[in-house]
Amino acid sequence: MASDGQFKVIGSRPLRPDGVDKVTGRAVYGNDTQMSGMLYGVVLRSPHGHARIRSIDTSRAKALPGVRAVVTGADLPQLGDVIEELGEGGSANMRYASNNVLAGDKALYDGHAVAAVAAVDLGTAEDAATLIEVDYEVLPAVRTVQEAMADGAPILHPELRTDGLGEQATSETNVAAHFRHQLGDIEQGFAEADVVIEREFDTATVHQGYIEPHASTAQWNADGMLTVWTSTQGAFAARGQLASILDKPVAEITVVPTEIGGGFGGKIPVYVEPVAAILSHEAGNKPVKVCMSRTDVIKATGPTSGSHIKVKMGATKDGRITAAEVSMAYEAGGYPGSPVPSGSLVILAPYKIPHVTLDGYDVLVNKPKASPYRAPGGTNAAFASETVVDELARAVDMCPLEFRLLNAVEEGDRQVNGLPHGRVGLKETLETAIDHPHFATPLEGANQGRGVAAGYWMNWGGKSSASAHVNGDGSVNLMEGSTDIGGTRASIAMQLAETLEIPYEQINTRVADTGAVGYTDLTGGSRTTAVTGMAVHELGVVLKEEMTRRAADLMEVDVSEVSYRDGVFSHNGTSMPFNEVAQKADAAGEPIVGTASVAPPEWGAAFGVHIVDIEVDPDTGKVDILRYTALQNVGKAIHPSYVEGQIQGGVAQGIGWALNEEYIYSEDGQLLNASLLDYRMPTALDLPMIETVLVEVPWPDHPYGVRGCGETPIVPPAGALAAALHDALGIRPTELPMSPGKVLELQNGAA
Amino acid sequence: MPSVWIPPLMRSLSGGRENLVVPGTTIREVLNNLEEECPGIRARLFDGDRVRPGIAIAVDGIIKTKKLGSEVAPNSEIHFVPAISGGDPG
Repeated sequence: MASDGQFKVIGSRPLRPDGVDKVTGRAVYGNDTQMSGMLYGVVLRSPHGHARIRSIDTSRAKALPGVRAVVTGADLPQLGDVIEELGEGGSANMRYASNNVLAGDKALYDGHAVAAVAAVDLGTAEDAATLIEVDYEVLPAVRTVQEAMADGAPILHPELRTDGLGEQATSETNVAAHFRHQLGDIEQGFAEADVVIEREFDTATVHQGYIEPHASTAQWNADGMLTVWTSTQGAFAARGQLASILDKPVAEITVVPTEIGGGFGGKIPVYVEPVAAILSHEAGNKPVKVCMSRTDVIKATGPTSGSHIKVKMGATKDGRITAAEVSMAYEAGGYPGSPVPSGSLVILAPYKIPHVTLDGYDVLVNKPKASPYRAPGGTNAAFASETVVDELARAVDMCPLEFRLLNAVEEGDRQVNGLPHGRVGLKETLETAIDHPHFATPLEGANQGRGVAAGYWMNWGGKSSASAHVNGDGSVNLMEGSTDIGGTRASIAMQLAETLEIPYEQINTRVADTGAVGYTDLTGGSRTTAVTGMAVHELGVVLKEEMTRRAADLMEVDVSEVSYRDGVFSHNGTSMPFNEVAQKADAAGEPIVGTASVAPPEWGAAFGVHIVDIEVDPDTGKVDILRYTALQNVGKAIHPSYVEGQIQGGVAQGIGWALNEEYIYSEDGQLLNASLLDYRMPTALDLPMIETVLVEVPWPDHPYGVRGCGETPIVPPAGALAAALHDALGIRPTELPMSPGKVLELQNGAA
Repeated sequence: MPSVWIPPLMRSLSGGRENLVVPGTTIREVLNNLEEECPGIRARLFDGDRVRPGIAIAVDGIIKTKKLGSEVAPNSEIHFVPAISGGDPG
């Protein structure tokens, strides 16, 4: 495969090592795990949105022949308020995490797990679950942040007090946390503005929509050792959560990551893993598998927050943004922890704004506990701010891309939290968008419109480890701890091959379990190719040094006299290829192995700019996407096909979020559309080919210039589509999804 | 001396000041000295010896919450910011 000249391997497009197994059906996913004597677990879930659990009677279920264990929340260790630090800067109260896995004294959403059964077959387990008698006191439910924040709202957690950055409020509330960012003087900022736009936005709860449901198998041995095979984004993250929830040392837990059919953040939390584990323990140390149905997945995992966002922005008549005042209230679900902190860093990120006040609220509602979803909190945030930016640009009669370019952040400009941006590359991306043929191509039909939007994701560093062994034939066995969701076995192997100056095909990559490789943070925050890539670069340097020493021994010269280039060791006209050194060293001395681990203090963020053309059916309000171009600063693209795929996937999910997807609840908090028939995700028939443009502004602190690329592309689509709807019909949507009915209402002036 | 930026929700403890110049050669020293300037701020930042969940400490743009013994330069900026969380698992 060709590369771009600077590198031999990086920039080429080799086949992924897991490809054949996946297309032939041989890849082993979570539900493919089979063991001798394995039991099947089923979870009983609350049918109520909010209810006190008075009692649970499991006696009839336990008496059913074939049933080996029945558990409830009472069978899990009763944890205090243990705060566990988790990936991507987050932390969690493990009491809440435990109660989310199996409810405590309250069911907090429709689908909340309240009990579980293990039996000799799935049918018996399902029958037994129907015999569990739960006495509920049904309580009124809150479904939106407005309902939850209203005076007299039903309270989910009576003990909860609002945390205001270390200061606890004194009264009962559903607001778990409040924070504020402030720059400059907001009153001065608006006084300097010639145009001020103020809007309020509501966005629906949506799900990540991964193909593979959650599935885990646990074997709790009589000696206390626990092994869990699971579909997870992070084996070590799962191990840490299991240790906390089960109150068990990590030394007694091994997590084996299976192949994963998508996660998008939703497979960072554990759901069925602790249930399978405690069932295995209670069933006499038999292995137990628990696999969710699609309805379980939609009802009880994932979703990302619905939100209510207020944005007020001002600009001068020559197009300079002077001030922004923002309020963001995000649904956390039944327990604290929405992505409002990360959303707050996205919402104004592309712009240099001297005067800012931003308030963020983390709000409990009777919905599943929010979990991360691809650029968590970013899409709804950018929908709000980019809509206002589009209005400002039009109000001062400027091209929306030129307006963004005029206000674009650069290295050193402060983010809303006061910290400076690093080398960002937004201007280069905007300039590329302005020059792109798509932006210059005229629209030709009625009811057509074009919209643009920018988006940002800060990405994440975290920690990664890798180890390797050089085999006697010159091939290299690489062990890494990053779950491969988007082709990272290939992108990681490519960076090791580049460093070792050997062909990519010589690297055999394995994603290892928690007992077989050094600690590695989860695959999230767009970190894996960047940070595990840094680890394998260091590993490559270590191996190259050792191989050079071995070559020097074989050549019987001092190591300083041996050079290495393009896979060949040389000394004074004598040369020895990498494979030959490997072969002779393997026969002559100790195995050649290496390890490396990294925890970079800084990493590269990524900006994207999207252009979309649409046509709206005036009779139905349905939006058809005619053309979509996504431009993004990706740093250096290691495997361009996979970077393009990440961008296309992010855009597809963003379009679904923008146009159709939403959780629909009844007044009493029951989810009415918990299937993919009723929860409308986009299909291939809904989308055109999404064109991608990779703008390569390298991250200077990465050996190959890599930035994370997977999350940024989901951020701009909703804002771009809203702008396109304005261009097409003159309407300004302020709600997500912009489904056909809502478009018609706006068009008819009814909303 | 390092400059400490006070979050808006803690400015009642700093007399409304957005930032203060505080002596110290490590983060811990600066924070100890900050408590003298802004009594009560340590209790807002720490739960015992541990930085409260949800708060991150950044020095010159780099999160150092777990490295309070790290040196700070005379011209360093120290920020307390909401921890960048993409949504907590539990």
